[in-house]
Amino acid sequence: MAMSRERPVNLDLTTFSFPITAIASILHRVSGVILFFGSFILLALLGLSLENEAGFADALTLLDHPFVAFIIWGILAALAYHFTAGVKHLFMDMGYGETLESGPMFAKVSMALSVVLIVLAGVWVW
Amino acid sequence: MVTNVLNYGRSGVADWVVQRFSALVLAAYTVVMVVWLAVNGSDLTFAQWQGFIGQTWMRIFTLLTILALVGHAWIGLWTVATDYLKKGAVRVAFLGCVAISLFVYVVWGISILWGF
Repeated sequence: MAMSRERPVNLDLTTFSFPITAIASILHRVSGVILFFGSFILLALLGLSLENEAGFADALTLLDHPFVAFIIWGILAALAYHFTAGVKHLFMDMGYGETLESGPMFAKVSMALSVVLIVLAGVWVW
Repeated sequence: MVTNVLNYGRSGVADWVVQRFSALVLAAYTVVMVVWLAVNGSDLTFAQWQGFIGQTWMRIFTLLTILALVGHAWIGLWTVATDYLKKGAVRVAFLGCVAISLFVYVVWGISILWGF
């Protein structure tokens, strides 16, 4: 197919208007990458907490530290989002939420649910 | 047809199925952990915690979850890497680090789970 090489190209992402379904999708990816790194931290905490009585106490002390609590909350937030977006994905595999009306609606519902879970996770951690 | 050394011989259908089944395992483990911690977490003792994770079914479930994580994260990060890392060497280096990390997760996980 012949295409003009002079066609204008806009690569400035900040000027794009993304549909909510695209935002839901990219957040699913971002949260997945965060969870890959977060798993390392969770595994380290699991190991420390199971070592012995002292390790368990150390793990609890760590979790009391505001910075550690913030990191854990970040991981839980990524998990909450990835979980709800994943469940949405499974529903879409079954054929729901694939129309022009229901797609954005599903994206909004999964985002709203994850916001609730993220707030709850924050309350839990602090 | 993509003939890249990193996906040579792999089927998209297999990836699709692995991604969903691993997702179900990861979701189930997340729910079990969150519910258990929500019920018992407020004044958890070491004996209680070790007793919970130390049960045979919980050790096996945790290992299964780590293995599900390996499959799930590999497919996810492979997809992300092939979309955004355009330079072959960069992508291979990144995916190599991912593969090594996931292998470490498994060995480390086993040593944690059967080391107490």
